[in-house]
Amino acid sequence: MTIFDIFEETYIALKSNKIRTGLTMLGIVIGISSVIAMTAIGQGAQASIASSIQSIGSNLVLVTPGAQRGQGFQVSSGRGTARTLTQGDADAIIKEVTLAKAVSPEISGRYQVTSKGKNTNTSIIGTNSSYLGVRNVEISEGSFITDQNLKSLSKVAVIGPTARDDLFGQGANVVGETIKIKNIVFKIIGVTKAKGGTGFGSQDDMIFIPLTTAQRFLAGDAYVTTISVQANNPESMTEIQDQIKVLLLDRHNISDPTQADFSTLNQADIVATASSVTGIFTVLLSAVAGISLVVGGIGIMNMMLTTVTERTREIGLRKAIGAKRKDINLQFLIEAVVLTFIGGVVGVVFGWAISFAVNYFGIIQTSVSLSSIFLAFGVSTGIGIIFGYYPARRASRLHPIEALRYE
Amino acid sequence: MIEIKNITKTFSQGNENTFQALQGVSFAINDGEFVAIMGPSGSGKSTLMHILGALDSPTLGSYFLDGKDVSKLTDDELADIRKNKIGFVFQSFNLLSRSTVLRNVMLPLVYAGIDRDERKLRAEKALISAGLEETHFKHLSNQLSGGQIQRVAIARALVNNPTLILADEPTGNLDTKTGEIVLGTFQKLNKELGRTIILITHERDVAEHAERIITIRDGLIVEDSKIHERRIITSIQENKTIQTHP
Ligand SMILES: Nc1ncnc2c1ncn2[C@@H]1O[C@H](COP(=O)(O)OP(=O)(O)OP(=O)(O)O)[C@@H](O)[C@H]1O
Ligand SMILES: [Mg+2]
Repeated sequence: MTIFDIFEETYIALKSNKIRTGLTMLGIVIGISSVIAMTAIGQGAQASIASSIQSIGSNLVLVTPGAQRGQGFQVSSGRGTARTLTQGDADAIIKEVTLAKAVSPEISGRYQVTSKGKNTNTSIIGTNSSYLGVRNVEISEGSFITDQNLKSLSKVAVIGPTARDDLFGQGANVVGETIKIKNIVFKIIGVTKAKGGTGFGSQDDMIFIPLTTAQRFLAGDAYVTTISVQANNPESMTEIQDQIKVLLLDRHNISDPTQADFSTLNQADIVATASSVTGIFTVLLSAVAGISLVVGGIGIMNMMLTTVTERTREIGLRKAIGAKRKDINLQFLIEAVVLTFIGGVVGVVFGWAISFAVNYFGIIQTSVSLSSIFLAFGVSTGIGIIFGYYPARRASRLHPIEALRYE
Repeated sequence: MIEIKNITKTFSQGNENTFQALQGVSFAINDGEFVAIMGPSGSGKSTLMHILGALDSPTLGSYFLDGKDVSKLTDDELADIRKNKIGFVFQSFNLLSRSTVLRNVMLPLVYAGIDRDERKLRAEKALISAGLEETHFKHLSNQLSGGQIQRVAIARALVNNPTLILADEPTGNLDTKTGEIVLGTFQKLNKELGRTIILITHERDVAEHAERIITIRDGLIVEDSKIHERRIITSIQENKTIQTHP
């Protein structure tokens, strides 16, 4: 008996009981499609969280004042948090931490901003020219703050699109216009590109001014609120983080690292923490889907046992005309596997459609991975073998005469 | 080629009841013989056929087929013997109702590992020699009349070119004329191709087509006679009226 003969038998057998075949397959279809859809949604959530973390910059180590608070991360330290990081610290990092690609100290605070009668309360970031590269900010009009601006304490500002819309109206051409921050006149020299509001405080509703200007005219001191250090590659981040720790502990005369008055935050850690959370979420979803797959498998076993009972006489006849145990065994096993495999194929298509729909309606950015599709085929075939094994074995062990006498 | 000695077959019927369908049957059948096994209903004919056809094992006794002790073989070894040497026509035919006539007849060839093209040719040949019209070849077997089913069952038994053909009431559903054709087919297979044929029947008319008649009753052989000598044996037995054929 060739494999082709077996498939032919399977085709005839499955075709002759279409409704039962379809219903049994449905169990597998539901199981597989929910596994596919759930992992896609889980991985989509993971990817979207990771990408929003990446949008604050790439390969960043953030140094903020105040003690480390466990695994969490502070988003923006406004005024009022510990003032322990100074311009000197930033300069030292620039000088000593040679692995760093760029360093951008910043001082931030919320101020009242006015322009021609309109006013808004927004974040003012005092920073240097490196900020652009470090924080992935792009300029859509004009230019960003230059080193020259810092040296000469220029009263120039680069405005985010949301802040611009609030102050000048939607899409207004503002380069060359002036705004007043804390009653000091600043000339707008550029507008940043919209990034879209991500979970980390909209970067579009900000106004950037030279760091030195901010220190002199707004804050009145030389403290900084964040130092962003960019590494060349993800591998060097930990080393940079360690170097900064050693350097700042030394500069602040602290010998016990647990008493540090600043904290360093590695972007990779943030991503790892977030993805471990979404990872658990994915596993939970998939586990529920997996249970439905097992239920589907039990449906297969049930159907195969019924089939074997119904076809007892047929099995008896096959044995009578020379079929061996392995012939019968293989025939029923393949019947079960074909059933689950087709269920698997349909399930993959269905699962794909579900995750496509989720994507299409903008609920979450999903991605069906190739590996989950291969896994689905493997799993559905495996289920056929596992749940088809016992019925097939039972069929193969029937005694020909007893089987032929079966009514 | 066939030699059985003291075969018994005991069935357990429920708790402690046992029923001895065969109570010590012995005979030998040579290659190329055409033997009828005759007896009333329930006498154990089908049971004996199942044992002779390596479908079932005797409870006690020995069965040598071509010099090999068949009563001790495993399931799969028996399957090999059935596949290579034996063709069955069952009392209840046992066709696969979901399959076409042709597929039913090809089935033994599938398990014998014959390739597809040849299967079809041989199945068609067997069907024609069993007397089924070609128009029915593509029909499902549940679309056939009782007599047509019987001819398909016979074709299936012949298709493997078995050396031993076992037929359980092969003419039960046929009218006299078709019955004669089928029996003629068996005679031809026996005479021209030297096949050994064991024909089971309860009708003397049918049994007369064989060269030898073994009569069993209640699981025991009561008579074993060759056609040409039967008259002598009958004359010895008093209260039996046997129709003789010329
Ligand atoms: N599997 C079984 N279990 C119990 N009893 C059985 C079994 N098979 C056969 N018998 C009994 O054995 C006896 C012989 O049965 P068998 O089928 O051999 O008769 P038969 O001669 O072929 O009859 P018929 O001409 O009606 O076909 C019967 O009484 C039957 O009830
Ligand atoms: Mg019988």
